[in-house]
Amino acid sequence: MLAATIRITRDFDVAEECVQDAFARALATWAQQGVPKNPGAWLTTVARRRAIDVGRRRDVATRSQRFLVTDDADAGREVTDGDFEDDRLRLIFTCCHPSLATDTQVALALRMLCGLSTTEVAKAFLVKESAMAARLTRAKKKIALARIPYRVPERSELRGRIDAVLLVVHLLFTTGHTSPVGEKLSQIDLVERSLDLALMLRGLLPDDAEVASLLALILLTDSRRGARIGADGEFLALADQDRSKWHRDSIDEGLALVGASIRRGRPGRFTLMAAIAAVHSSAAHWDETDWSEIVGLYDLLLEAWPSPVVALNRAVALSFAEGPLAGLMAIDELSTDPQLSTYPYLAAARGDCLERLERLPEAREAFEEAALLTENHVERDFLRLRIAQLS
Amino acid sequence: MAEYLVLIYSNEESWAATDEAFSAKIMEGHSKFGEKHGASLRGGNALEPSTTATSIRTDAAGKSVTTDGPFAETKEAIGGYYVVEAADLDAAIAIAKDIPAPFGGIEVRPIGAMS
Repeated sequence: MLAATIRITRDFDVAEECVQDAFARALATWAQQGVPKNPGAWLTTVARRRAIDVGRRRDVATRSQRFLVTDDADAGREVTDGDFEDDRLRLIFTCCHPSLATDTQVALALRMLCGLSTTEVAKAFLVKESAMAARLTRAKKKIALARIPYRVPERSELRGRIDAVLLVVHLLFTTGHTSPVGEKLSQIDLVERSLDLALMLRGLLPDDAEVASLLALILLTDSRRGARIGADGEFLALADQDRSKWHRDSIDEGLALVGASIRRGRPGRFTLMAAIAAVHSSAAHWDETDWSEIVGLYDLLLEAWPSPVVALNRAVALSFAEGPLAGLMAIDELSTDPQLSTYPYLAAARGDCLERLERLPEAREAFEEAALLTENHVERDFLRLRIAQLS
Repeated sequence: MAEYLVLIYSNEESWAATDEAFSAKIMEGHSKFGEKHGASLRGGNALEPSTTATSIRTDAAGKSVTTDGPFAETKEAIGGYYVVEAADLDAAIAIAKDIPAPFGGIEVRPIGAMS
């Protein structure tokens, strides 16, 4: 909806205001006349009409300077489903323009395309909210003033532009899969939106291994959706999940996609991540997980994508492949990394290794630190439960 | 349409170490660029070396202070510029990519509208 409105306002901030207006109008109108058959289209149409009004009232002199560059002249007509897809693709490619810094691209897309709050985006990036707000403002200004166009790049440019887009869709998925803040474990709407985008990108670039692998990664990880929450709303870790509740069709589709990507050789980061997810998906029980295969894949992933978060995940895999002491040593090597200093999963992984080493007081301390750092309530309850079970 | 100032940065020391044949080749590159994108060019020129530059700052007392040299001392200095008219940043970048820029690179800056 925001994406469709931006095409008219050609200004991110004005589009956001128009969408908020549309919601306010909806509350008033729907209360009297009932909810329309297609609420999404109703809202988008209202937001777009509002945007056209705002545009007419604007000073002509500022118009050519400030507005986003678009190719469309059909701003006034009614909205169809195909438009939604086109607009979202346009928006994601604008946010991921190479003239913006990579981190900014991702942040902007999460904010503009997925409607995450600035707080949530800051969390996803492990940075302060004020810094994220400033970064987003600068980026929106640059898009308007430098006239970064609002369009899907031509075929010849697509390959060079796709990596940034894949990164964004992946971050969108991980943010939805486990919410950085709030009372719910996940935000299903974000998960589904990332899945939609991955499918759209696959339609745009059907021969690209990394595009296929991102779709596979999302399918394989999301196949566990129904098994991650127990009967009392509690979080269930991979080890404790009832694997018969995993969504079989998603797994089959994901495995087929990642298999085809691997056969192309020289796997990229998303192919490696999907391959790791595939090892879990292929194990009928937790005890049958091929951990040395997973560690080997993480080694390759660290080469393709050197990041402290990847290194931490590798350390966790190592704790199952070679034992908790090896895992703990690898985790402790990462504990001074500034990017991980407020990352709850580092403390949680330490706690897990310490518990398995029967160093219970230290394990308790680590779990308590993790519980303090996480702002996801379901994860916090899970950590408190583990603390209670220590004694 | 919008206008962009395209700044050509290069390492002057590396430039100084080249021979005439090299400069001639670069000049030819600029001629070719001019022929190809003439319709989009609104101006442009080469600049004398940054050792010829003079900078003027206002000190805390509000007085103008004139100093020798470019405003910012950097390894790469501005050696020339073009003013390009383009529909959007993608079009401006596509044009700027054709500018010869040995020992450095190109910066594309949107020109603001005074109103």
